[in-house]
Amino acid sequence: MKSIVIGVIGADVHAVGNQIIEYTLTKAGYNVVNVGVLSSQEDFINAAIETSARLILVSSLYGHGELDCRGMREKCNEAGLDNVLLYVGGNIVVGKQDFTEVEKRFKDMGFDRVYPPGTTIDDVLDQIKADLGE
Amino acid sequence: MKYYLLVDFGSTFTKLTAVDLEKEDIISTSKAITTVDTDITEGYEKALGLLRENLGYDIKFDKVIACSSAAGGLKMAAIGLVEELTVEAAKRVCLGAGAKVELVLSHNINKSEVQSIIDKNIDIILLAGGTNGGNSECVIHNATQLAKSNVKAPIVFAGNKDAADTIEEILSTGKKDFYICENVMPRLNVLNIDSAKNQIKEIFVKNIIEAKGIKKIEQEIDQVILPTPNAVLLAAELLSKGYDDEIGLGDLMITDVGGATTDMYSMGYGYPKQSNVVLRGLDEPFAKRTVEGDLGMRYSAIGIVDSMSHGEVTHWNKQGIDIVTEAVNRRKHIEFIPKTEHDYKVEDILASKCIDTATSRHVGILEGVYTPLGMMYYQLGKDLTTSNYIIGTGGVVISSDNPVKMLKNAIQNPSKTMELRPKAPQYLLDKDYILSAMGLLSLEQPEIALRIMKRRIVEIREND
Repeated sequence: MKSIVIGVIGADVHAVGNQIIEYTLTKAGYNVVNVGVLSSQEDFINAAIETSARLILVSSLYGHGELDCRGMREKCNEAGLDNVLLYVGGNIVVGKQDFTEVEKRFKDMGFDRVYPPGTTIDDVLDQIKADLGE
Repeated sequence: MKYYLLVDFGSTFTKLTAVDLEKEDIISTSKAITTVDTDITEGYEKALGLLRENLGYDIKFDKVIACSSAAGGLKMAAIGLVEELTVEAAKRVCLGAGAKVELVLSHNINKSEVQSIIDKNIDIILLAGGTNGGNSECVIHNATQLAKSNVKAPIVFAGNKDAADTIEEILSTGKKDFYICENVMPRLNVLNIDSAKNQIKEIFVKNIIEAKGIKKIEQEIDQVILPTPNAVLLAAELLSKGYDDEIGLGDLMITDVGGATTDMYSMGYGYPKQSNVVLRGLDEPFAKRTVEGDLGMRYSAIGIVDSMSHGEVTHWNKQGIDIVTEAVNRRKHIEFIPKTEHDYKVEDILASKCIDTATSRHVGILEGVYTPLGMMYYQLGKDLTTSNYIIGTGGVVISSDNPVKMLKNAIQNPSKTMELRPKAPQYLLDKDYILSAMGLLSLEQPEIALRIMKRRIVEIREND
């Protein structure tokens, strides 16, 4: 069973979406490793190392996602997770910004997939499967 | 069965406790210097002679059970993958089994780390790493390193179950003495102590006792079964939880300030007590033990002053106490026994510092985070604010003329508001030093052991 690490990054306590993601991915047959709310980059990375996860799915709902996600790819590389996929979604920036701009910024930070507000986990399930080679 | 003899082969003293099961009480205690270097039976016989002298009559024991921390106790190496996760879990298993964790290794271990296992005379190696279904490359690498080496110590594998078969092959090819157990961390942040802990205890009985020269005494003793700290853990858990309809004391802490280490024990789940607190990190065991190797009244006296601030040292200097020199002298003369009022005052100061520092390292802490929903807190470790009791044990606390004042160093402190220390506990004193003996007795007679503890471990008040 493939492992996926999920959680809500930074000082963010939005717990509901996190539970829905866990439910959906578990039902889809993944070993979901949920580090929960208020999680640091290290929490995600440590969990991915111990569980040999191929994908880390970061949620951020409170607008500070850009600050919280900065440097995460570098830390993954440092931890030997060079090949891990990084996804991010939620309300990852403050205000009404052009999403193509936002997406570019996060991709420059090393994220493989960046999802705009309103994207549900069901919308991206096929993409996850494809990225994990299924 | 009427009389039980409980023996504790300590690093310094061999302590005997005789129990009359019908009276449900301790009838006599005695101690003599441990003679592990020559023949351990000598010290034991001497203590037994003293015990008979105390009693005034010859006594036949129906059962003799012993625990041991002689010859350096049980020295273990804990190996895991990520420091905060499987390494920490492995450490907790070692501590829970009553071992001293002499070596902590993470990620892929190298040759010099393997050599350090040999140099430090490690008794048992605990090899963990990876959740079940998770990382297996690291444990396989580490097992290979061990298999290639001259390491003789038994290896307990308690990592990713997926790797178990491969590990078995590697270690048997390397002709190592090894045991396969359940994973210490089967899922992320879930702690699974028992399987590996029981295996360690078994090895302790089978191999270590013999290696430490304690085997010689087997004719006299029915069982040498536990490392001493493990016996204390058993006693503490029983005292906290109770047995059958004999109720326990609920959440409690124990401090044991010894010559070489300060051990702290806490019984309780330690979950968050407030709604704005989020629990983080690894599961905590109900019965938790931590050991501070740098805090002890003799061998580790220097460590105590090292943990003092410059201000503290000056403070004592101004009161006419050269605390640094006092500590150095105690380290030089480990047989030092306090005689004068001044000596006792210094013992109090050092022990208080041990308790304060060891508590800081044992209890959970809060960390504040500002969120759009207001201030929230992470809790790392156990919340012990509602612990009912703090129990003092160990020579220095028992012989102090104000043990409560000493134990109060473990409670909440305005300068350490983020530490989850007990708020308003009651204080108890293990004045007869019976905790390890009662842990041994509890293996066969839990109810009697509990009743004896409830009667013999007495409540104390300040300046009582």
